[in-house]
Amino acid sequence: MAAFDHEWSKPAAMAIPESGYFEMERGRFGPIFPRTPACYGFSIIAKVKPGREEAIRQHGKTLEAAVAADPDVLAVLKLHYLRWNLFPVGDDLYFQYLGIFDTDFDKYTEDAVMLFSQTGIDTVFTNLEGFPEDWKENPDGFVKFVREHHHPSFLEYGEYPYVTADEVKKALRLKAAFSDMLDQMQ
Amino acid sequence: MTAPQPSMLELDNIQHMLLTRVPAMMGRYEFLSFGDPAGGRKWLAEMVERVHSAADVVATLDSSQRWITLAFTWNGLRALGMPDDALVTFPDEFREGMASRADILGDTGVNHPDNWVDGLAGDDLHAIAILFARDAEEHGRCVTEHDRLLARCPGVRKVSFLDVSATPPFTYSHDHFGYRDRLSEPVMEGSGREPTPGSGAPLKPGEFILGYPDENGPPVNLPQPEELSRNGSYMAYRRLEEHVGLFRDYLRDNAETKEDQELLAAKFMGRWRSGAPLVLAPEHDDPELADDPMRNNNFNYKEMDPHGYAVPFGAHIRRVNPRDTASYINRRRMIRRGGTYGPHLPEDAHEDGVERGIAAFVICASLVRQFEFAQNVWINDPTFHELGNERDPIIGNQDGTFEFKVPKRPIRKVLKGLPAFTTVKGGAYFFLPGLNGLRYLATL
Repeated sequence: MAAFDHEWSKPAAMAIPESGYFEMERGRFGPIFPRTPACYGFSIIAKVKPGREEAIRQHGKTLEAAVAADPDVLAVLKLHYLRWNLFPVGDDLYFQYLGIFDTDFDKYTEDAVMLFSQTGIDTVFTNLEGFPEDWKENPDGFVKFVREHHHPSFLEYGEYPYVTADEVKKALRLKAAFSDMLDQMQ
Repeated sequence: MTAPQPSMLELDNIQHMLLTRVPAMMGRYEFLSFGDPAGGRKWLAEMVERVHSAADVVATLDSSQRWITLAFTWNGLRALGMPDDALVTFPDEFREGMASRADILGDTGVNHPDNWVDGLAGDDLHAIAILFARDAEEHGRCVTEHDRLLARCPGVRKVSFLDVSATPPFTYSHDHFGYRDRLSEPVMEGSGREPTPGSGAPLKPGEFILGYPDENGPPVNLPQPEELSRNGSYMAYRRLEEHVGLFRDYLRDNAETKEDQELLAAKFMGRWRSGAPLVLAPEHDDPELADDPMRNNNFNYKEMDPHGYAVPFGAHIRRVNPRDTASYINRRRMIRRGGTYGPHLPEDAHEDGVERGIAAFVICASLVRQFEFAQNVWINDPTFHELGNERDPIIGNQDGTFEFKVPKRPIRKVLKGLPAFTTVKGGAYFFLPGLNGLRYLATL
């Protein structure tokens, strides 16, 4: 793996074809999008149902509280970062769910859907047009919505490319351990 | 979780293989094609009367000499005359078939369906009849009887067959590599069985049988008509050749003493070949532990082996059942059945070039969520557990470019260029109807 080969030390950028991938590689739910210097990502963009802006913003608080109560609540997603945005296009309001992950989203899609259901993230999606009414009983419909509303990026950059969140945490733990060791040597 | 309700499962309508392992020493897998729908239905009508339900098999286990299981590919359901509006209600992965999902399953290179045997990758594979027999004499009788039936059914053709039999020593179930099998199996609510310690709580039956609540809730998206789908399941067949000579040579070449060779074999599996789990017996084999069902599955990874010093992160059992280190594990469990085929290779013999291996069935309610996930993510994803460049050392698609890391203090051991100890020789997706479904198909 790149990170193991010290490629992390050399910043890298990758331009990605319009399709979102270089060569078609089929996953269980559709094309697999490539690993880039910024790891894996997912950008779900969908139109907000009229009058639902406040409800969506409120869900930011819901997630904040969920993570505060259990810091590992999102661990299954193998996340680096999560960003939620609301922005207007003409008279309509759109929601963007931008996530940077260490795993190809196709692999753990069902786990993510299950997690969304358990943490209340799913109810954000119920404010979006086209989201299946029967999402609770029918996780397949949720998976389909996510796949259909994903917009692959065409450029990704990593200052420390291909490094996983676990590797970052491991390195920081090691640094802390060395500091502690040096303290003990005084 | 609600208390188990023994009467909930329609045991009279569920094929026995879903719930029971029968005491068969031999078996025959008959792969069939229906050239004529009426001929196919005639064959099925005669066979269905001989199929044991899950209830029958328990009541007659001591007196029965043979046990039959019937299942169909999507092309087979069509060949029996199922209407198109019902056929389209089956999920995509089943309709496409295993060979068409090769890239998702990791069946590339020598494992590609182009190289499969027995006509398993062809569209004319329609059904499998699994004939398990208590002994060789009964096995011969069953095969002869079935051949006679085929002769009476116009257009029903045998595409191929595979004989399976236990491999010595016969005192416990194991594969040709010598690994003990059948140590960890999910238990369904209402099955009347209690999970052994460490095996987790009983699961909702809908994880394995269509028409029942699963771990997510009530059944959804059932194939139609419900008369066919209820009490049915999906079955992924895998014929895996085991390169026994190569495996033994590898152990000898990479570990000096007999003890170290056994330890290396155990590291690949996560259990000693006796079946004793490395988490509980990390340094020396413990056959007594292996024989004790109250102890031989009673372990986890997160607390008992967080760094993989006992069971490497990439070891077979840590991949195909990551236990407490996987999220929502109850949605990924599977039932395994099957047997070994080919002659036993004596311990002191060199590779003889004769094919031998395991011919197994993985049974689950969702091929894409359970079987394909296991193949795609747990078995063949090189980045599983942040490993970077590994696949399952036993059943992963190995092409000589992957490695296997054995965590060890002070420095881990890395085995580079792992060879393929197994090769996929064939496979297929089958629908395993309940007896109600078999009768529906026979009377289309």
